[in-house]
Amino acid sequence: MSRIDDRFAVLAAASRTGLIPFVTAGDPVPEHTVALMHALVDAGADLVELGVPFSDPMADGAVIQHASERAIAKGVGLGQVLGWVEEFRRRDAATPVVLMGYLNPLEIHGYARFAREAVAAGVDGVLVVDCPLEEAAVLQPLRAAGLQQILLAAPTTAAARLGPLGKAVEGFLYYVSVAGTTGNRHMSADDVAVHVAQLRQYTDKPVAVGFGIRDAAGAKALARFANAVVIGSALVDALDGATTAAAIAARAREFLAPIRTALDTP
Amino acid sequence: MSDMSTTVDFNAYPDSHGRFGAYGGSYVAETLMAPLAELTEAYLRCRQDPAFIAELDRDLKHYVGRPSPIYHAERLSRHVGGAQILFKREDLNHTGAHKINNTVGQALVARRMGKPRIIAETGAGQHGVASATVAARLGLKCAVYMGEVDIERQKMNVYRMKLLGAEVIPVCSGSRTLKDALNEALRDWVTNVADTFYMIGTVAGPHPYPLMVRDFNAVVGREARAQMLEQFGRLPDVLTACVGGGSNAIGLFHAFLNDAGVRMVGAEAAGEGLATGHHAASLAAGRPGILHGNRTYVLCDDDGQITETHSVSAGLDYPGVGPEHAFLKDLGRAEYVGVTDEEALAAFHLLCRQEGILAALESSHAVAQAIRLARQYPRDALVLCNLSGRGDKDVHTIAAREQVAV
Repeated sequence: MSRIDDRFAVLAAASRTGLIPFVTAGDPVPEHTVALMHALVDAGADLVELGVPFSDPMADGAVIQHASERAIAKGVGLGQVLGWVEEFRRRDAATPVVLMGYLNPLEIHGYARFAREAVAAGVDGVLVVDCPLEEAAVLQPLRAAGLQQILLAAPTTAAARLGPLGKAVEGFLYYVSVAGTTGNRHMSADDVAVHVAQLRQYTDKPVAVGFGIRDAAGAKALARFANAVVIGSALVDALDGATTAAAIAARAREFLAPIRTALDTP
Repeated sequence: MSDMSTTVDFNAYPDSHGRFGAYGGSYVAETLMAPLAELTEAYLRCRQDPAFIAELDRDLKHYVGRPSPIYHAERLSRHVGGAQILFKREDLNHTGAHKINNTVGQALVARRMGKPRIIAETGAGQHGVASATVAARLGLKCAVYMGEVDIERQKMNVYRMKLLGAEVIPVCSGSRTLKDALNEALRDWVTNVADTFYMIGTVAGPHPYPLMVRDFNAVVGREARAQMLEQFGRLPDVLTACVGGGSNAIGLFHAFLNDAGVRMVGAEAAGEGLATGHHAASLAAGRPGILHGNRTYVLCDDDGQITETHSVSAGLDYPGVGPEHAFLKDLGRAEYVGVTDEEALAAFHLLCRQEGILAALESSHAVAQAIRLARQYPRDALVLCNLSGRGDKDVHTIAAREQVAV
């Protein structure tokens, strides 16, 4: 069993909804990225999603675009991100880490090389935003190395594609709650519930819901049917401007604590 | 030319997944897979529909003003002292560039799909103007994304788009040029997929855009091939065109791809020189990567971050290129070389003075390359250059660069 599978099994056994915070690696302060990851876990994260900065994040809204730009301006790249995961693993052997990003950095780094280095660093899964199932053959070396391949489903995903998608996905299926970019504000929990119920006909993997969840109330509305909720833009926004490791950790705690409480309150 | 290119049937590309060999494809967010499938299906239907083709031909003739002539630049050719230089006069089209060939076609597809809103990205503003034009004509809403840097250097086209009723949305992320405008247009599309038609202006982006935009621009080469046989009794020895995303170049090249004896040279923007790193020559100086939904040659660093480009011409200032060009480069069927800002400006002035034609800065790169090629060929050889757009929009840029008050 992988760390991701283990974690979802534990959550299911305890009837809990998982909390997956997303942060952009290297933002707000590159040197404090590892401290931030530990702070997220301390604040109740079940899995950490780490964004690999990319110059042209076409699926991201303004908040994550700017976080990417800030990180790139400070020289953050894939090599450093893997180094941070490796450092995180020295103190935390249990919390799954998923890298989320775009294909070009992997293409340039080399898929086989990335797979080897990511496994060695302790990465558990990879979610490549601009690599739909139809193009996923390039990611085969990652899969073969044991990096679980998280796939996305969206409100627009055709029913005919859900079968192959549900079969190919590893770890968990990431449901994009709204047709839009990350940080979009118009998510309806009732619509999402209908879609997630449909997804479950095609996969026995856990379903995490992301895009458009900003706070405890939003997360709570999804808890009754999602295996986990992903919160990214609102968290990245909350961290923006913090400069010390202590301040970053405090903001992460402050932001996630009410969400954790809401998810755990029946 | 490689042996392989003589055995390839170039009309067989792309395949049904939008691949040109190792290039192309659909590298997009999951949300866009459905609208791309819907567009592909609609476009493939249009492509085979005689009524669609007839309507397109009518629009190209009566609205765009096709066919555009092939003009023998005799005085320029004498001045250069080499081969005969011929221009395919896409600058004479309605709105002043080849871009209208594509937007007229996509507008008909959009109408058949029942989409009331058009979005587009633009660099120099020519595609934005061409999109705003067809939107006005069909009564569709139109929003054009344009980088702040480009808005500043192409003010006249910004105003033209506004006169045509389009909303011009400034893009202030990244390098604030064409690539960022494309990102922002993709974000708009992903958010408004139900009612919006994304009119991409070049042969890049995910499938079916490289196919569809090529098809709509291929009228340039089809006409040119027939005109060459009629006016000169033979095909040209060499074709040249400027390459940013590559739509005018593929438009000219495509009908000649299976004519193994016709050489093709694309002129990319070498900016301040390929060695300086300040350029936009993805094919001449880049490497295979993934940008804006397709695998192609890109300009990026070792972390895979797309690098900022430089060119005096906004329309060539793009760090990627259409995947079909990447395919043609690898096969050796077409060559791609750099033309610097200075060389393009010199060609611009020479064409003004020798032939009374004011070419766009983008097209001036092709003119410079045509002059170079003419020098390498004997006097009876024929060099056909795509004069893809007119230069009225660039007058202020040129004046500012040469410190002339207008």
